[in-house]
Amino acid sequence: MSEAQLTVGGHGAGLVEASPFSVSTKKLVMWLFIISDAMTFAAILVAYGFLRNASPNWPAPFKFSPSIINVMVMTFILISSSLTMLIAVRAAQSGDKSAAFTWVLITALGGAVFALLHVREWLGMIGEGVRLFQNPWGAPLFGAAFFSVTGLHLLHVTCGVIALVIVGLRYKGGRYDAGDIEILGLYWHFVDIVWMFVVPLIYLLSIEH
Amino acid sequence: MTTGERQSGGLSTDIIVYVVLLAMAGLQIILAYNSSGGRELLARMIVVAAVQALVAVMFFMHLWWERRSLVVSIAVVSLFVLFALQYSWSDSFRLLHMSPWAH
Repeated sequence: MSEAQLTVGGHGAGLVEASPFSVSTKKLVMWLFIISDAMTFAAILVAYGFLRNASPNWPAPFKFSPSIINVMVMTFILISSSLTMLIAVRAAQSGDKSAAFTWVLITALGGAVFALLHVREWLGMIGEGVRLFQNPWGAPLFGAAFFSVTGLHLLHVTCGVIALVIVGLRYKGGRYDAGDIEILGLYWHFVDIVWMFVVPLIYLLSIEH
Repeated sequence: MTTGERQSGGLSTDIIVYVVLLAMAGLQIILAYNSSGGRELLARMIVVAAVQALVAVMFFMHLWWERRSLVVSIAVVSLFVLFALQYSWSDSFRLLHMSPWAH
């Protein structure tokens, strides 16, 4: 009997296949999404690098205070939110619904604070005169590159926060299970990993010495 | 839990990885301020970021405990696309040094 010929509850053979890589379908779909989204971010970062390499006067406007300090705080919040997400997943897997929901909400709160700090930074940049196709410092496409890379990440964080709240509430209500919390955790960790590339490439390579 | 998912490490593993990730983020900041810039700094930043990503993917996303076939599949596909994305760099040098409007 081949691997594909499984019977479930007396149904005919061939209707159920073994799950590929022995993970649930939902988890595999999330991994496929993460891979595709990672390639999207990689492409946009390569495009940023291309623009920067082709520009002789790429600005280096990020001062230690407030820009780099703000980035450090944002990085700390996002990495910590990955830890709180892990705690939520562990609580869910051990059956502690209340604790899992609480930690999911804490994770969402971390994401929301991150997003607010990011918007505050954007407003600061706009106040200094940075627009999509002009800025007071150098290459005109700096603004477009900065806002598109960080904006795409901010969009992912915002959607992640919304998803955390919705999935958390539905998990608490019994509609979702611990596996769904874990799968959402995969997305949240991915958002954190992208930030680990955005910080050095966008901010740290453009600090004002 | 499906058949391919083995028990992941405990909370202590998560906390250790968390501290390592924070330390590496701090290392990036130190590197940025103790370097004159240029390609050497870029290379160091990318290496540190890649190690951070690898640690986070393996331990936070629990890929370490998944089936090796899933790990290999993800790695092969991702690395292939990442290498293919690097195809266009030569054109950026052309724009910088050879195009009429470059300074």
